[in-house]
Amino acid sequence: MSEAIDLVSGRVHRFGNHVNTDAILPGRYLALRNPAELGAHCLENLDPGFRERVRLGDILVGGRNFGTGSSREQAVIALKAVGIRAIVVASAARIFFRNAINLGLPVLTCPDAAAALQAGDPATVSVTGGFIEQGGMRWTAQPLDGEVCAILSCGGLIARTRQILSQSLPANNMVRADG
Amino acid sequence: MQPQTITEKIVSAHAAEGSVFAGSIATVEPDVLMLNDVSGPIAFERFAETGAIGLAAPDRVVLVADHFAPASDIVGATGIQTLRAFAKHHRVAHFYEPGRGGIEHTLLDELGLIGHGTIVFGADSHTCTAGAFNALGMGFGSTDLAAALAVGRLWMRVPESIRVELTGRPGRYVTGKDVILELIRRVGVDGAAGAALEFGGPGVAELSMDERMAVANMAVEGGADTCVFEGDGISSAHMKTRGLAERAPVMADGGAAYRESIEIDLSQLSPMVAAPPSPGAAQPVETLAGQPVDQVYVGNCANGTLTDLRQVAEILRGRTIAPSVRMIVVPATQKIWRTALAEGLLDIMAAAGAAISPPTCGACFGGHMGILAAGETAIATINRNFRGRMGHPDSQVFLANAWVAAASAVTGRITPPQALSPASELRR
Repeated sequence: MSEAIDLVSGRVHRFGNHVNTDAILPGRYLALRNPAELGAHCLENLDPGFRERVRLGDILVGGRNFGTGSSREQAVIALKAVGIRAIVVASAARIFFRNAINLGLPVLTCPDAAAALQAGDPATVSVTGGFIEQGGMRWTAQPLDGEVCAILSCGGLIARTRQILSQSLPANNMVRADG
Repeated sequence: MQPQTITEKIVSAHAAEGSVFAGSIATVEPDVLMLNDVSGPIAFERFAETGAIGLAAPDRVVLVADHFAPASDIVGATGIQTLRAFAKHHRVAHFYEPGRGGIEHTLLDELGLIGHGTIVFGADSHTCTAGAFNALGMGFGSTDLAAALAVGRLWMRVPESIRVELTGRPGRYVTGKDVILELIRRVGVDGAAGAALEFGGPGVAELSMDERMAVANMAVEGGADTCVFEGDGISSAHMKTRGLAERAPVMADGGAAYRESIEIDLSQLSPMVAAPPSPGAAQPVETLAGQPVDQVYVGNCANGTLTDLRQVAEILRGRTIAPSVRMIVVPATQKIWRTALAEGLLDIMAAAGAAISPPTCGACFGGHMGILAAGETAIATINRNFRGRMGHPDSQVFLANAWVAAASAVTGRITPPQALSPASELRR
């Protein structure tokens, strides 16, 4: 199971506004299950050179409405598979945001940082601190909802759900065993 | 009691917190949890990781093989196999595959699982289609649905609401598709972010349930969290045909707080076409008329309805499809397919030169059954025209209603339906 995420330091990969999940992972690959296979097609239509440049621990920067469109969680799986460990955006589409948080990939909303960070910049993201740093600059991201913090501090929604189930009384804990 | 929007009322009726309002976090127990062959297999793996032994509420779970169904290849077949096995293991009665099902969002209504005030959580972004039925549908990813399968509930931020007041009477070839394309054109593709679109006003009565589905389906393309139509006599009568117990429509309280109010006069609308690569790039069909197309595609989770098929057949009756074009028609469910057969619609289309597909999400999401090659152009009744959506990254998709799609099939170019010469003048 994943662990809580705090500091992420890596190079910036910069994208524009309204990057949709079809662009992150085209529909024809949705039946693939292996993360590495999904990663092999990550952003291939939008930026064919991306997979060559990206390294483990890198930071993806996007503009407005990042991750719009399909609910495909495969988009987040693909980004994680190629090494992306934090996302900084001007705004994120609701479902993409939840998917990323649920899989332990932090998304910080910060229009100023998203505008300032340039491709190749070495940057640092602090999830618990809620800030982004680069070249002596520091930007404060919009605060995360309490439930989002709880999920990230567990390392993802599944770990969070395990925690909820184990804290519940046996009666409503492992649900009904009639399955 | 503080006045509430339709959205706040429906969420409150399902929330552990009781009465909730825009901006607050609600823990919601939905009436339906829906997954498909693309989102389901990932969710089932995560569900197992939660440690839960069984489903919190197996009778609320609906599993639909529709994306790569009928199985496109071995990988697709494996996803459907996983869905089937999960249904069997967890005794999920609501499992559907080709021949007995259809595209999930259209199917869900047919099954009588959406009534006034219902909440559907689906692992598919177009779950918002349920808004047509004075219900709330919300899209999520696989992991959210996995958690909901395990504990029967999920957290959400209660959205603000945007009131969309529909007035006037639509012209001959103006449909629900044109209403939503016009709305997205006005607000932009993230203009409704963080909000629920609430459709009301006298114009609602001008839209059939099928047309309301076409509107609701694309709420997410305007960035909306969800959407909901006011209920009325038409939706009440529809619930009855689905065998649902009578339940009063959920209406907003006077004085409820709305973030914004938008009026759309249906009488002022033209059939709209959204140019690639954005669903927000709609223009009246006349301005794009003449654009050559290689493929015409009628189908998806809200525009493969009987209404759409009747419109296509009305255009194609006594006409033939241009030799430069291939046309693919995808009835959304098995029931719609059979009704279209009984009404003679499929024969009219086939005689004109259209290929009739079994129900499937198919090429709408670029999966299979009508993929575009490099340089090709389609006009389609689908909901997204992103770059590469239906195939090669250098192909393009124009979004339109079924009238416009069918008229374009006849000429091989984007064509306003009223511009076609009368079929009676054509050689049979």
